[in-house]
Amino acid sequence: MSIWEYANPVKFIRTTDRLLPWFSAGAVICLVVGLVWGFFFTPEDYRQGSTVKIIYLHVPSALMAINAWMMMLVASLIWIVRRHHVSALAARAAAPIGAMMTVIALITGAIWGQPMWGTWWAWDPRLTSFLILFLFYLGYMALWTAIENDDTAADLTSILCLVGSVFALLSRYAVNFWNQGLHQGASLSLDKEENVADVFYHPLLVSIAGFVLLFIALVFLRTQTEIRARRARALLTRERGA
Amino acid sequence: MIALLVRDLRLSVRAGGGFGLGLVFFLIVTVLVPFGVGPETGLLTRIAPGVLWIGALLACLLSLDRIFALDWEDGSLDLLATAPLPMEGVVSVKALAHWITTGLPLVLAAPVLGVLLNLPVGGYLWVVVSLLLGTPALSVIGTFGAALTVGLKRGGLLMSLLVLPLYVPTLIFGAEAARRGAEGLAVQTPLLMLAGISAGAVALLPFASAAVLRINLR
Repeated sequence: MSIWEYANPVKFIRTTDRLLPWFSAGAVICLVVGLVWGFFFTPEDYRQGSTVKIIYLHVPSALMAINAWMMMLVASLIWIVRRHHVSALAARAAAPIGAMMTVIALITGAIWGQPMWGTWWAWDPRLTSFLILFLFYLGYMALWTAIENDDTAADLTSILCLVGSVFALLSRYAVNFWNQGLHQGASLSLDKEENVADVFYHPLLVSIAGFVLLFIALVFLRTQTEIRARRARALLTRERGA
Repeated sequence: MIALLVRDLRLSVRAGGGFGLGLVFFLIVTVLVPFGVGPETGLLTRIAPGVLWIGALLACLLSLDRIFALDWEDGSLDLLATAPLPMEGVVSVKALAHWITTGLPLVLAAPVLGVLLNLPVGGYLWVVVSLLLGTPALSVIGTFGAALTVGLKRGGLLMSLLVLPLYVPTLIFGAEAARRGAEGLAVQTPLLMLAGISAGAVALLPFASAAVLRINLR
């Protein structure tokens, strides 16, 4: 019994089919509890008023935007080293989810930033590096769709993911450096968890758990779809050949 | 390797006028900027280092799809792949040839174009130095992007989407070094970071490009 057994698509689908309802239900419960608790049963911040409540969407989505890329990196490495097709498909399935998480983080950030800093967008290191991360997601997805052959596409995107990770990390620090030279981004980093009092912290944790479960459930679902789509294509090809 | 380098240089000089095209593009971008932002010399002086860097970067990007596309079409890339020279070597030579035909002329042209943008006197040296340190990274990263998209019919647009985010760190440090130099501030830190990025890219990325090219030739 090893984890590599799940590299078998049939086994993967059977197992995730059994797990999917649990993860989906967990995601729904955690999200509902976390968001309702956060939106309606926490006090308003003495400085920021009710706008602070967007934190329950902003922080978890930002967290998952980065972790989705990490998951894609791990899946790509597994594909390069052990060539399990499920792994490559999981990386492919995770990319649009990660991109959406990045968009949610950017949009909620803008909505939060407008009343707080008086601007929708600032060229702050954090904001800028997220925008660049979004561009990386776009490039990754575009490369997947541009290449006909599935295995070639998996190989190329895996290497792009590896190289992209290095450069994404590099950009993160480069952007930090770049902005400090121009103007100090004063008080722009509000999402430090140490700053958040317990009343906000507990619903935030529940909400983060909800986002993690949601991500896992969506990756399972989309990977299954990818496997089935590939199987359907294989069947069609065989039929045409016969 | 040297034979390959000489061949690539000859090809780019003689065939299709790709050699001067990057320079002309650089010139046009620089000329367009004052139309876009207005001709006040103070403003131009302030943005000159950044504009020169972006112009050089775009000119570099423009010539990337020539690195492998022609060799891919006439099959000489397959010959190169079966030649005794390792793929990493081929890729490095191709990147070097691209740098000599595109990067180096851009570096040399930058001071001339700096006059058009009213670059301060102290800035010329640092614009040249930062471009000299940064353009090798642009060429090597671009070679990776070109290798990724070599088999695709209309890969040019996709390649810019893939390559431009990878250019971000180089651009930041390069433009920062040039800007600080123009303002007479200390340039050591960004220049060192820029040199580090270039050295790292030159050392590591040919392996990724070679792997990608092998997959594409499979």
